[in-house]
Amino acid sequence: METATKAENIKEMNNTGETLSGAEILVRSLIQEGVDTMFGYIGGAIMPVYDALYDYQKELKHYMSRHEQGATHSAQAYARLTKKPGVCFTTSGPGATNLLTGLADAYLDSTPMVVITGQVPSGLLGSDAFQETNMVGLSMPVTKWNFQITKVEEIAEVMAKAFYIARTGRPGPVLIDITKDAQVQKTEYKYERCKGIRSYQPVPKLNMGEISAAAELINSAKKPMILAGQGILLSGAEQELMEFAEKTQTPVACTLLGLSSFPTDHPLYVGMLGMHGNYGPNMNTNQCDVLIAIGMRFDDRVTGDTSKYAKQAKIIHIDIDRSEHNKNISVDVPVLADAKQALTELNKVVRGSEREEWMQSFKDYYQLEYEKVIENQTHSSRERINMAEVIDCLSEKTNGEAVLCTDVGQHQMTSARYYKFKNPNTQVTSGGLGTMGFGMPAAIGAQIADPNATVVSVSGDGGFQMTIQELAVIRQYKLPVKSIVLNNSFLGMVRQWQDLFFEQRFSYTEMDNPDFVKIVEGYGIKAKRVSKREELQDAIQEMLDFPGAFFLEVVVETESNVLPMIAPGAAVSEMRLE
Amino acid sequence: MKEYTITVFSENNIGLLNEVTIVFSRRKINIESLTVSESEVKGISRYTIVAFMDESKVENVVLQLEKIIGVFKALYFEAEEIVHQEVALFKIANSSKLNGNLEALVRNQNAKILTVNPEFLVIEKVGYKAENQQLFNELEQYGVLQFARSGRVAVSCLQKDFTKYLKEFVA
Repeated sequence: METATKAENIKEMNNTGETLSGAEILVRSLIQEGVDTMFGYIGGAIMPVYDALYDYQKELKHYMSRHEQGATHSAQAYARLTKKPGVCFTTSGPGATNLLTGLADAYLDSTPMVVITGQVPSGLLGSDAFQETNMVGLSMPVTKWNFQITKVEEIAEVMAKAFYIARTGRPGPVLIDITKDAQVQKTEYKYERCKGIRSYQPVPKLNMGEISAAAELINSAKKPMILAGQGILLSGAEQELMEFAEKTQTPVACTLLGLSSFPTDHPLYVGMLGMHGNYGPNMNTNQCDVLIAIGMRFDDRVTGDTSKYAKQAKIIHIDIDRSEHNKNISVDVPVLADAKQALTELNKVVRGSEREEWMQSFKDYYQLEYEKVIENQTHSSRERINMAEVIDCLSEKTNGEAVLCTDVGQHQMTSARYYKFKNPNTQVTSGGLGTMGFGMPAAIGAQIADPNATVVSVSGDGGFQMTIQELAVIRQYKLPVKSIVLNNSFLGMVRQWQDLFFEQRFSYTEMDNPDFVKIVEGYGIKAKRVSKREELQDAIQEMLDFPGAFFLEVVVETESNVLPMIAPGAAVSEMRLE
Repeated sequence: MKEYTITVFSENNIGLLNEVTIVFSRRKINIESLTVSESEVKGISRYTIVAFMDESKVENVVLQLEKIIGVFKALYFEAEEIVHQEVALFKIANSSKLNGNLEALVRNQNAKILTVNPEFLVIEKVGYKAENQQLFNELEQYGVLQFARSGRVAVSCLQKDFTKYLKEFVA
């Protein structure tokens, strides 16, 4: 009964000056920051915190992963959908090092996370104690901020700072390492949310000179083009982007992580950028006169050869992170701002009229891409099913409204190319780090974030086996996640490179796979395999109609490559269609 | 590749030095010298870092330094934009070899003798790295037991009142 009382009074229990253990202070801090869901894996050095969690089960729902990496990816997807920091707990040593992949992924993809790792007692620090690793040192290059707590008095303030840093400005992961003795010591509990840090300015002051310089370029442009990145989704600027595109009559192309920031069925939408993006936006990057990049960072997979990237264009770069300006591409007008803030101001002063000829050039390129690639892949005449057929069918049957979580490789690029995203923030994928094994645990986090959504994870046979153990989470918490594995018995994307650039020397990319259906059934999850084209539609329908979790393996063609493609080191305008 | 002097103002926190050097090491930029000590404002450290790098990269490096939480400001300078010095200490065995020539040398080089005792004497010189090196070369005939040089310390030729600027952070 004491548990229930504690839980009910939690809001009032802030700042009462009670004396509590560090573990309980940590748990209360999470509640104060609005956390209600977390992911993790218990172990020796974090046991006091888990013991405190036991008393707060009503407020804090903890999902137990089966490997700490899985917990991070679930937390990442949860964060991306809810726009709240994803929270993870693990123990010290191996539990903590297993988080590093997720931290690196979240850092590159600007995902807010607060990750808490247990640590050996402070007296043993530096002594190579059992399960001691220097997590602050290890995580420094892959976190926005990190801190080691060794005293109970530090906990409340550091936690407040951690959440503030994770979610403000350009979001990112924060790691808090807490020694076991600090978890058990007691002190007076007083929590105050962080309102600012003197050496950190998350929201830049908008420079109206930059806005008017940008507006001037935009208003005189003949052939402008918008590159929409994840910054649009992070700042919730989808409406502002739409208004901006419509007012200026500017075509919109999305980066991989910017997908779903602009509806794919909008007449101004021209496709995805980058190595496996659409033909038109890549070719026209080197034709446009003004390039308006918003909340994106000119990743090498987007730019190709930077010495031949948009040399003819004036470039406007709106980004909240000043270190991104002129990092990879020299820009003419950098705008230091949150995407929403900048677009709101720009929308007051920009204009444009229909650009028939310019839009037609995108349509012509699309037609060419359709004839050379899309038609062949979505209506394949080959014996085996093509990946594009699966995504095309999934897109149609879900009306482009599912939350799509993808892994890394051919299936990921195919999903990005063929899924027709209707609603904002409905794609979760690993962009910057390219983490195989991301997709399925991400789908778990996405489903938890939005229990009523149709969440579909799409993976390859390689990546699925990297975090396959997370199926147990789907089982334990009865999550209705739909998982598709596009099985070509190869590491398909690497095979593609070997095919195109390594003289077909298929070095260690072929996989002798287990019986996926049997494995998944072992977890008590409904599973099905299809290999015939005529069974595909019904199987996808059955998966979507099924009231719980469902696994669908589709045996797909091995030899198929994802096209078009910008070869590594080539220019965007050298994209190949075959 | 050009020589740059980078000044960083940061909180005096554990681990920040590590974060600062990671920005250089991940780009494989060697740090020629690094001096960190408290600035004119208590709690705020001043770094002076000397490194060679491409002109096209120095701004990226400085912005990535500024991105570190705990860093207030990072700036880069070319040689003519700063006034800089190093301190060098030379420990020489006190022996019969020493004569009036040493004293003359010390005086001519604008150095000074800090300590003399029966075993050794210590000479201090403040100057450019090359000047301190020159003195070392000339002292070698007397047998230099130890030669310690500080990293570069520098102030910029900028108009900005940094003392006031830093004080605003702690206000």
